[in-house]
Amino acid sequence: MHIIVCIKQVPDSAQIRVHPVTNTIMRQGVPAIVNPYDLYALEEALRLKDRYGGRVTVLCMGPSQAEAALRKALSFGADEAILVSDRAFAGSDTLATSYALAAAIRQIQKDMAVDLVFSGKQTIDGDTAQVGPGIARRLGLQLLTYVSKIEGIDVEKKEIVVHRRAEGGAQILKTRLPCLVTILEGVNEMRFATMGDMFRAARYPLKVWDKDAAGIEDIEKVGLKGSPTVVAKVFAPQPRAQKAERIETQTGAPADLAVTLLAKLFTRYPHIEREIRKQAG
Amino acid sequence: MAEKFDAIVVGAGPSGNSAAYVLARAGLAVLQIERGEYPGSKNVQGAILYSHALERIIPDFREDAPLERHIIEQRAWMLDDDSYVGSIYRSNAFNRPPHNRYTIIRAQFDRWFSRKVQEAGALTICETTVTDLHMDGSRVVGVQTDRAGGSVYADVVILADGVNSLLARKAGFHGELQPRDVALAAKEIHFLPESAIENRFNVQGGQGVVIEMAGKITRGMVGTGFLYTNRESITIGIGCLLSDFQESGISPYALLEQMKMHPAIHPLIEGSEMKEYSAHLIPEGGYNAIPAVYGDGWLMVGDASMFVNGIHREGSNLAMTSGQLAAETVIELAKEGRPMTANNLARYRKKLDDSFVIKDLKKYRRMPDILEHNHQFFTDYPEFLNRAAHTMVTVDGVDKKSKEREIRSGLVTRRSRLGLLGDAFKLWRAFE
Repeated sequence: MHIIVCIKQVPDSAQIRVHPVTNTIMRQGVPAIVNPYDLYALEEALRLKDRYGGRVTVLCMGPSQAEAALRKALSFGADEAILVSDRAFAGSDTLATSYALAAAIRQIQKDMAVDLVFSGKQTIDGDTAQVGPGIARRLGLQLLTYVSKIEGIDVEKKEIVVHRRAEGGAQILKTRLPCLVTILEGVNEMRFATMGDMFRAARYPLKVWDKDAAGIEDIEKVGLKGSPTVVAKVFAPQPRAQKAERIETQTGAPADLAVTLLAKLFTRYPHIEREIRKQAG
Repeated sequence: MAEKFDAIVVGAGPSGNSAAYVLARAGLAVLQIERGEYPGSKNVQGAILYSHALERIIPDFREDAPLERHIIEQRAWMLDDDSYVGSIYRSNAFNRPPHNRYTIIRAQFDRWFSRKVQEAGALTICETTVTDLHMDGSRVVGVQTDRAGGSVYADVVILADGVNSLLARKAGFHGELQPRDVALAAKEIHFLPESAIENRFNVQGGQGVVIEMAGKITRGMVGTGFLYTNRESITIGIGCLLSDFQESGISPYALLEQMKMHPAIHPLIEGSEMKEYSAHLIPEGGYNAIPAVYGDGWLMVGDASMFVNGIHREGSNLAMTSGQLAAETVIELAKEGRPMTANNLARYRKKLDDSFVIKDLKKYRRMPDILEHNHQFFTDYPEFLNRAAHTMVTVDGVDKKSKEREIRSGLVTRRSRLGLLGDAFKLWRAFE
């Protein structure tokens, strides 16, 4: 079983500030972390490796600093790590990124066939959830998004059964390998690395692939040129001036409380009251 | 199979980084263990970087270290409720490189320093806590970490784990930290546009200002406040003895909030946006509180050893120099083929004694005691100075001689002639 886990290094969104003057995101000094959603994917891949044996390769596209994210993944127990990094990739949107990562996965496959590609549900900086599906489409993989549980894999038949969160319920799906799985948040808890894995991660000779090594055929499809997305405007939403109000619920009948709440609602939004009265005739 | 190194450094602050860097540069196999998520993530300082200590370790640090502003002006304020009297020293000489001191943001600076350590060849492992020392009899032979398979061995272990060195306490190298020997400081970093900083502090380009403050802002407690200009932010903070906080029941943040509202301080930070806040202990016990700093198979550096000069607000430079001296001791012994016994490692203490680290701490050895028992230096005197200044500066038709008499009698009522003499003597002894 060979599993590739795609991860991204992102700024820790909990610590991001917006520059009060220029309204741009202040990245300086903001710690970079592994996209938290990707860690669920990595842990799920490591658990499959524990169950069925095999190899886990982590793949990341980004600047040289992204090395830290890959070393972190290695410390949790990933076997190999590849950083796809080239100036030509600068400014890539999700379309260009999925093109580059798909190319890199084809290169990895030349070395060892790939059964599964994992990614997180989405990133916390872009929030698009587009790269995983983009890779699946380009590589012709079965696509399983929003997976909450991997029931099991039939190694002989090359089949996988997963639980998937869908609108209005859960789906249990079976499909054939190879496929791409995006993992939901909160489905597992990342393991605490052993000292041995910490050493291995710190010493691992990281593989860094430029655009040629990654097998990029059409340079027009990566970087800014290959990215149709345009950021028209970035702005910081103004905090709302309205204050919260505390209403005691321990005393008084529920009906009274309902009347109080309705009265407050109607005072603030008279049009709602008008609408309800109209409907009531 | 547990790994073995020439040296293990516990902690990635200024002292640990200095030690690990110097050791690794000399070709020793060095493992550095840091409990924070990344080096610097748990580290807190004002922060002023004094160039001299780092220069001796990394001479060309200015080329790529993240420095904020070089300091050209030092202000010392004694505050009353409405006012302050103060001194300023500003010199164009401080503009000429190499600059003597800089403001820094520790989260960024520490990561730069750690990168240097790793480039020098040390292995740095983060998010890993050293929970215990491995002993062979009375000799330290390695460390136990909180990870599975977490034992690592070394010829020598350098304890650079900071002010509250749980490891040293657990191993019995020093006792419980005493509240009178540590200050608790709270600080905030406020974003302010570069232009606003230049206007408010009368600086330009990369120039910066330091303001050290004492008086009413500590509400009778032994302590000081500070305000530093960074490139695009202001660092403001206040620290007092932990024992005083205990006694007064005042919370550090309430104290900082109040300080920020002082009429002399508030205009400097008005309109700024708070970016981060933090609090930390500062070891201020001085010379008399220094524990044993070496033993069989171990050395202790930085805050863990109480190497802070509270009077001159120096700490990171003492930390760096102690880390460097510890590393140099280990390198010498390794070259001479001598074992890391207490007898041989005593050379570290000798090096410290010959350096500014111990010389300065020794000079002020009486200071912590005097300040702790003489709160008038933080209450009566600042108030008196401000009242005196007010009397002399106010023009109201009262003749100057009468004003002088009024000031004098105010002072004597407050402290009595004997008290004044005693205070003068104490201060002379403290600075002697």
